[in-house]
Amino acid sequence: MIEFSNYDILRNLLFATQWTILLSLAAFIGGTTVALTLTALRLTRNPTIQRIVKVYVELFQGTPLLMQMFLCFFGLSMLGYEISAWGAAILSLTFFTSAFLVEIWRGCIDTLPKGQWEASRCLGLSFLQTLRFIILPQAIRVATAPTVGFSVQVIKGTALASVIGFVELTKVGTMLNNATFEPFKIFTLVALIYFVLCYPLSLYSKHLEKKFNVSR
Amino acid sequence: MSLVNLHQVHKYYGDHHVLKGIDLDIKAGEVVSIIGKSGSGKSTLLRCINGLEQYQQGGITVDGKEVTTDDIQMRRLALSVGMIFQNFNLFPHMTVGENVMLAPTIVLKKSKAEAEATARAMLEKVGLAEKFDSFPEKLSGGQQQRVAIARALAMSPKVLLCDEITSALDPELVGEVLKVLEQLAKEGITLVLVTHEMNFARDVGSRVVFMHQGKVWEQGDSKTLLSNPQTDELKQFIGAVL
Amino acid sequence: MLYFSDLLQYSDVFLSGLKTTVELTVLTTILGVALGTVCATVRQYGNRASQRVVSVYVELIRNTPFIVQLFFIFFGLPALGMMLSPWQASMIALTINLGAYSAEIIRAGLASISKGQMEAAKVLGLNFRQTLTRVIFIPAFEKIYPALTSQCIIVMLGSAVISQISVQDLTYAANLVQSRNFRAFESYFVTALMYLGLSILLRFAFNALGKRLFAYRTAN
Repeated sequence: MIEFSNYDILRNLLFATQWTILLSLAAFIGGTTVALTLTALRLTRNPTIQRIVKVYVELFQGTPLLMQMFLCFFGLSMLGYEISAWGAAILSLTFFTSAFLVEIWRGCIDTLPKGQWEASRCLGLSFLQTLRFIILPQAIRVATAPTVGFSVQVIKGTALASVIGFVELTKVGTMLNNATFEPFKIFTLVALIYFVLCYPLSLYSKHLEKKFNVSR
Repeated sequence: MSLVNLHQVHKYYGDHHVLKGIDLDIKAGEVVSIIGKSGSGKSTLLRCINGLEQYQQGGITVDGKEVTTDDIQMRRLALSVGMIFQNFNLFPHMTVGENVMLAPTIVLKKSKAEAEATARAMLEKVGLAEKFDSFPEKLSGGQQQRVAIARALAMSPKVLLCDEITSALDPELVGEVLKVLEQLAKEGITLVLVTHEMNFARDVGSRVVFMHQGKVWEQGDSKTLLSNPQTDELKQFIGAVL
Repeated sequence: MLYFSDLLQYSDVFLSGLKTTVELTVLTTILGVALGTVCATVRQYGNRASQRVVSVYVELIRNTPFIVQLFFIFFGLPALGMMLSPWQASMIALTINLGAYSAEIIRAGLASISKGQMEAAKVLGLNFRQTLTRVIFIPAFEKIYPALTSQCIIVMLGSAVISQISVQDLTYAANLVQSRNFRAFESYFVTALMYLGLSILLRFAFNALGKRLFAYRTAN
């Protein structure tokens, strides 16, 4: 058995944290892109498209993220699509993130009074002009705080990638635990690192929310 | 020649028959006050004229062109019909000046300088020239409504529709908005107002249209009609509001 | 090709997994919301020190992944001499997790009740506990009921992770079946649908419960 000093443990955990951050970023970017597309589709007010988006949201919000990962990883490879743990993790986290963001953003757009649409129409603005000049600038202001808040859920979600064998913070934590038999120390450290990653984002989200409420 | 013409307009919300065959003809320069109880269909009528609501039967023309809720038609309509709302509906993320300049720049494709000149002139007209760089939330309700009027005027509409534009205001702020309207009436702008301000309807308006149960129940010259109503319903209505 | 019929012979495995998931969900929902209610009350009305303690608990839980919380409780606590079965560890972890989230949600509900309600109750001679239970809680919970129940469903879905410390829940059943018949896609797909059914069912149940709890709205 190899001896691990505290320094070794910390160094390994911090190294793995890079992968957690990278996976979080990839998932957030992927999720935002898909969510933007779905939000745009939803705004067209085509009933069929709206129903499809609704089913998408329902499907990925109504099933465990872990199950989505299993399906992406084991399921897809069984069906003949070889996919790495990294790929499966990004794919499933993108589904998960986008499903929640679409719903969050829909709420933000819906809180804008109907009168904003009507006034724009009466001034002769087209649908796209109304979106660009009236709705989006206001919706983005409302949406920033909950979106930043949700990024915390994304970071925490990446921990599940350890289950399909992707080597990130949680996975390295369990590996170190198996090697050192010091679970209390190791999982405390792992938790603390996550906390250091997430808490500033939570605080920032709260700060944005307050700032927004004051400016109203 | 009529500016706004409604011919046998019917409107349903589901099973609910809101407008039951409206005929109305408005000439340029008229100031028409539409009065009636809530639920009589007067706001719906106004919203049909500017295409915010779809009607099921009959026809509406503004300046000779037919009104539909179609997006492109709506944009053409916006050039001749201005609308003021009960709740102002200013854009809260833009300054007063930007609110007024927006449509002239992106719909009429005016240059920024030209749009700004128009905006300043319109704000001057409603007495708010000094608020050009303020945000709407910093203004009183009366001031916000005057900005909304300036915003509509900046599109130089042929007719201005006003949907209960003083109803959301504190009583002491109603006067300043009505004064602006009065000024516009004197300048010859065609106004169609849904209103509860009977004094305004009588003194400034040229015609009063009384709506009841989705129909034009009675209409005529404002002074004559209000001092000498013919139907029991209008008598009752005037008795209740005065 | 997909062979869903291959799963039929394992229906017992799935059903027993489903039973465990449902049992744990019901139990931890009740315990978690109760814990959350206590914490929210302390955070809203308690003294400064106790508010601090609750804040630290809530923020620690909300800013770390559930799986790490679970591992900490299951692997870490025995190192301090607290032996826990997988089932016990899961129940504690889920309750603590839901407790923190619901504390935050319920506190928002309490904060939304106007001060006048508190004062009116005081003037009428109700003591603090009576004021809370008779005057404050029902409208406060009504305000945040949708957020609270969504969170309960999120925690139920998150419970899939407890299969990792070999609690024989629904996810464990899926893993077991796919390791026996190598039909990973079918097994996980069917399990995902069962979770979906469960979350839809839970939402119906919560809505029905909400109608009864807040019946005064519709009563004449």
